[in-house]
Amino acid sequence: MAPETSGAAVRLDGIVAGYGQITILNGLSFTAPAAKITTLIGANGAGKSTVFKTIFGIVRPRAGSVTIGGEAVTGFPARELLARGIVYVPQGRNLFPTLSVRHNLELGGITLGSRALIAQRMEAVFARFPRIAERAEQQASALSGGEQKQLEIGRALLLEPKVVLIDEPSIGLAPKVVADVFALLRGLADTGVTTLMVEQNVRSALAVSDHAVALEGGRVAIEGPAGEMLANPRIKSLFLGGHMEQTG
Amino acid sequence: MRTALRIAALVAILAALIVAPQYLRNYGIYLLSLWSLFAIAAMGLNLTLGYAGQMSLAQAAFLGIGAYAVALLVKAGVPFWVGVPLATLVAFAVGLLLGFPALRVQHHYLAFATLGFNVLVYLAIRNEDWLTGGSMGIGQVMGFAGMPRPSIFGYSLRRGIDFYYLCLAMLCLSTLLVWLLLRSPWGRAFAALRDNPVRAESLAIDIRAYTLLAFAIGAGLAGFAGAFYAPLVQLFDPSPFGLLESLSLLLMVVVGGSGRFWGPHIGAALVLLLPHWLQALLPAWLGPPDQWYLFVFGIAVLVLLTWCPGGLLAIPDRLRARAQ
Repeated sequence: MAPETSGAAVRLDGIVAGYGQITILNGLSFTAPAAKITTLIGANGAGKSTVFKTIFGIVRPRAGSVTIGGEAVTGFPARELLARGIVYVPQGRNLFPTLSVRHNLELGGITLGSRALIAQRMEAVFARFPRIAERAEQQASALSGGEQKQLEIGRALLLEPKVVLIDEPSIGLAPKVVADVFALLRGLADTGVTTLMVEQNVRSALAVSDHAVALEGGRVAIEGPAGEMLANPRIKSLFLGGHMEQTG
Repeated sequence: MRTALRIAALVAILAALIVAPQYLRNYGIYLLSLWSLFAIAAMGLNLTLGYAGQMSLAQAAFLGIGAYAVALLVKAGVPFWVGVPLATLVAFAVGLLLGFPALRVQHHYLAFATLGFNVLVYLAIRNEDWLTGGSMGIGQVMGFAGMPRPSIFGYSLRRGIDFYYLCLAMLCLSTLLVWLLLRSPWGRAFAALRDNPVRAESLAIDIRAYTLLAFAIGAGLAGFAGAFYAPLVQLFDPSPFGLLESLSLLLMVVVGGSGRFWGPHIGAALVLLLPHWLQALLPAWLGPPDQWYLFVFGIAVLVLLTWCPGGLLAIPDRLRARAQ
C-alpha cells in the first residue's frame, strides 16, 4: 500500500555549513524537484551526507536557507521536520538492535502521538513488507542486512512522508536486495514522495533517478536529468569507472 | 515454552527466598534483607546506565538521601508509610536537579560530575551534625535506638525476619514497576537512547528529557531503597553512602549484566554475598591471613569481566556463540 502524498520540492540556497572550523558546504545551491528521485553524487568528502544533515537540522548552516514545499525550514529541529513529513534515513545501520521489529517501528511513529494511528500505519508497513511482518516480535539485530534496510525504510514510511532523505541505501547489501530497495524508492517517488538519495553505487542510482546533482568541494559541479548525467563524459570519467581528469 | 520455564524458575526462586530465612540465623536474614534493598538501588542504576547509557557514580548518595530523608521525616512525626514516598520523591527531585546540568556531559565527564556530587552529599551529611548527627550517626539526633522499624496494619516488623519479608516485598514491587516501565514507550525510548542516540534524536525522541527521566527514576529507586535501609540498620552514619558504596553498586550492575533485566538482582547477590561466603570458608581452607577472601573475590571479578565483559547474564550468550 503506497502512501498518498503530494511531494514537495527541496531547495537549498547558498548553504555554507560544516563541523567546527571545517567548512564542508561552500555556498551550495540546488533544487530537488517534487515527487522525483534526486541523487547526490560526489567523491568522499564532497559534502553529500552533510547536505542531508543540514536539511534535517543536525548541522546548522552558517549561511543560506533550506526551503521545502515553499516553506523555509532552515535549522528546524527533527520533531518539526518529521511533523512536516520529512524523514531521514542515515547511512549505515540505524535500528535499535536490542528492541523488537515492532518496537523499532513504533519509535518511528513517536511524533504521531496516537497509538491507534501508529498501529494502523504499522499494519500498512507490514502489508508492504511481509517478511518484516513475519519477524515482528524478533529483535532487530536478528534480521538480515536486507531485512534491516526494509525495516529502516518501513519505519520512515510510518510517517507517510512527503520527503525522504536516504543516505547510501545500498551499503552492505547484496545486489538483488539493492535492486529491490531502488525499486521501492522508485515506487515511492511515483506516488508523489520527493526522494533525495546519496549513493556510491552511481550507475544503479542514476538509472532509477530522475535528477542528479554532482558535488565537488561543497558546491554543485554538474546538475541535470539523471539520464543525461549517465551520458556525461565528465561524470563517466569521475564516477563510472572512467579515467580521472588530470588537473593542475 | 520458554516463557513457562522462566515463570517456573521465578516462582521457584521466590519460594526459596520465602523459605530461606527459616534456615538462616539473624545475620543471614540481615544479609538477605540488605540484598533486597541493594538490588532495588542497583535496578535504579541499571536503568540509568544499562538502559539509558548514562554513567553514574552517585547511586549511594541517593540511597543516603532516601535513608536520611525518611529518618528525619519520622523524627519530625511523619508516619513511616508517608515518609517512604516522600523520601523517594526527594531523591527523584535531587536526581532531576543534578541531572539537569550534569547530563550536558557524557561518559567519563558525567562519571566525574556524579562522583563529585556523591562526595558533596557525603560531606554535607557528615558536617551537618545538627541535622544528621554527622559522623556520630543518626542516633545522635534520633535517640540511641535510632530509626525505629515500622508496623504494617498494626503488625510490628521489629523482628529481623518480618522486616526481611517487607524488604523482599518491596523488591518484588520495584521489579514489577521497572518491568512495566521498560515495556512502556518510555522504556523503549530509554533503550533507543542507549542503542543509537543519534538515530533516536533524528526520530524526534527528546534525548535530553528521556535521559533526565531515566537518571531521576534511577535516583528515585535508590531513594526508595534507602527509605527501607534506614529502619533495617536503624543506626547509621554517612559511611555507607560514600563513593566506595557507589562503586559497589556499579559493580553489582556490571557483574550481573548491565542492561539486562535480572542483572542487578544477580549482581547484588554476588557482590554482597560472595565476599561473606568466602570470608567464612577460605580461612579454614587456606589458613591465615583472614583477608584471603578479598583477594579471591577481586580475582574472581577480574576473571569474569575479562572473559565475559557483559556480566554473568551474558555467559549463556557467550557459550552459545562459542558453540556456533
